[in-house]
Amino acid sequence: MSERLTNALKAERLFIPFLTAGDPVPEATIDLALALEQSGAHVLELGIPYTDPLADGPTIQAASKRALLNGMTLTQAMELVPQMRKQGLTIPVIVFTYANPLYQYGFERFVETASDYEIDGVLVPDLPFEESNAFAAKCKSKGLALISLIAPTSNERIKKIASSAQGFLYCVSSLGVTGTRKELHPKLQSFLDLVKGEATIPYVVGFGIGDYKQVEEMNRHANGVVIGSAIVEQIGKHEQALKKESSRLEAINEIKGFVQKLLYAPQVR
Amino acid sequence: MDLKTMPNNDGRFGEYGGQYVPETLMTAIEELEAGLDEAMNDSTFKEKLNEVLQEYAGRETPLTYAANVSERIGGAAIYLKREDLLHTGAHKLNNALGQALLAKRMGKTKLVAETGAGQHGVATATIAAKFGMECKVFMGVEDMERQQLNVFRMELLGAEVVPAESGSQTLKDATNEAIRYWVAHAEDTFYLIGSVVGPHPYPKMVRNFQRVIGDESKQQLLNRIGRLPDKIIACVGGGSNAIGMFYPFLDDENVNLIGVEAAGFGTKTSKHAATITNGKKGIIHGSLTYLLQDEAGQITEPYSISAGLDYPGVGPEHAYLADAKRVEYKAVTDHEALEALSFLAKEEGIIAAIESAHALAEAYKQAKDMSKDEVILVCLSGRGDKDMHTLQSVFKEGDK
Repeated sequence: MSERLTNALKAERLFIPFLTAGDPVPEATIDLALALEQSGAHVLELGIPYTDPLADGPTIQAASKRALLNGMTLTQAMELVPQMRKQGLTIPVIVFTYANPLYQYGFERFVETASDYEIDGVLVPDLPFEESNAFAAKCKSKGLALISLIAPTSNERIKKIASSAQGFLYCVSSLGVTGTRKELHPKLQSFLDLVKGEATIPYVVGFGIGDYKQVEEMNRHANGVVIGSAIVEQIGKHEQALKKESSRLEAINEIKGFVQKLLYAPQVR
Repeated sequence: MDLKTMPNNDGRFGEYGGQYVPETLMTAIEELEAGLDEAMNDSTFKEKLNEVLQEYAGRETPLTYAANVSERIGGAAIYLKREDLLHTGAHKLNNALGQALLAKRMGKTKLVAETGAGQHGVATATIAAKFGMECKVFMGVEDMERQQLNVFRMELLGAEVVPAESGSQTLKDATNEAIRYWVAHAEDTFYLIGSVVGPHPYPKMVRNFQRVIGDESKQQLLNRIGRLPDKIIACVGGGSNAIGMFYPFLDDENVNLIGVEAAGFGTKTSKHAATITNGKKGIIHGSLTYLLQDEAGQITEPYSISAGLDYPGVGPEHAYLADAKRVEYKAVTDHEALEALSFLAKEEGIIAAIESAHALAEAYKQAKDMSKDEVILVCLSGRGDKDMHTLQSVFKEGDK
């Protein structure tokens, strides 16, 4: 695993934001990544737009659509990372992609390129433990972390998954697809207790977390949170402003403000 | 040959198949594998299934010698396996009955399904009504328009038809939505997949529930003509009627097996659904198979006049049988299928589903070059009642 990722994961209350690459334009993704780092992100999850994102809800599907309109692909998305680095991004980057784009790109080639581009890990939501052996070995050989998902329904599978996991464990807070929710899974607490018993690496909670209260609660039960749809929704709201260089900075500042509110307690007067 | 021993324990047909699904579903899939094994080893389950297949669904379905067509073409004798005469009008009911019985046995109370042409949705809604289960069917908005009658049938049967509004608004998108729904409700809901697609064990399970088509055909032909056919032809979208028909014949090397895909406006155009003919290996809805996609691995929109065939993937077993050269895959255009449908209607008084008409068109082509003592068996997978809306608009406008 990269030193960058190893060090980043030592932090308490891990904050891992998600961005869809190329949403709404590649330049905005780079600026947003830098803004998120400034806002305290420990790791960036960079989503690859896909026509059939099975694990995603309407918010991220819409983001994929916006990015696909610009012809964003896995190849182009990966190329954004060295550009981010050139502009000063130092936090680790995890690429989030579906199995088919990865398969077309080539598992071997992906691992090589990712390593050249200073990408630190990869998460493939439709490549479960059973299908990931060969790819996991390739990732390991290049120091790339293959991030594992664990669901509240994983039960006996938790042990198996946790024992070979790398980087951090991504615990799905609710069944279903990504997207913010008022209520998280009722058995979340007991599920996270099970994970705690098996985890030898940090474990974070994602899917559905969208407000300060939920972030606080998850930080009590886990090592941190992944925030996807809540941020992506803000990007969708500012789509037009983000597309234009003249208005981009202002939009990014507003999104930064939103992230601050998510992470830090409202001022008590 | 060991073609019939597939899939292996990892759910693979050669390199195809597998279980490419979110972790959230893996426990449900493991539960399904266990439940299926247990059921298939239980003679009372099989007896119960056979009983409903006979007394409710109407098996066995007839084998019809298409005498007029065969004489007009002047080549091989064409026999039709009449899945169109099954209750609800297509082979889909065989599988829906099998899976619904399994779902009940596994203690699930709700069914979710996807549908393209609506036949699988109707079959699922039908057995949900019969077995007293709740039923939700996802259907692309575009398909709901093309298949209004089937939407109404499902609703009349008490199912909820949920419009899938993403992507091309056809079968692929209905499948995405059904899987998304299943991810959230796997604890009490059984996902009843309509074709030999999806993650393992679906392709195997659906094949095994559909092989009754081939098993019956074999026996009927042996009784009727005392031998096996020279060729068997079936249409392939996901490929369930075809695999059900082919599977019992895989070891009969003298029987040529031919799967027919939808060529739409032609395989040289971008408007077709000929996945094996023109696709590349890829991963869709849980399986590694042939897939219509672009260079970057984005799935492209298939097209066929037949709502049941315009799916960008194909069952992984077909991908395997294509590579093994045990089954030959051809593609037939919209135009050819409609001509074949019209010819059968006028000569035999049988209106086939547009899906099945693709197989008919290929059968006519091949029959011409064969001798009179040769035999072609065509799987008439469904009837055309559901397609009246489409046929009316095509034939009335003279656009054929």
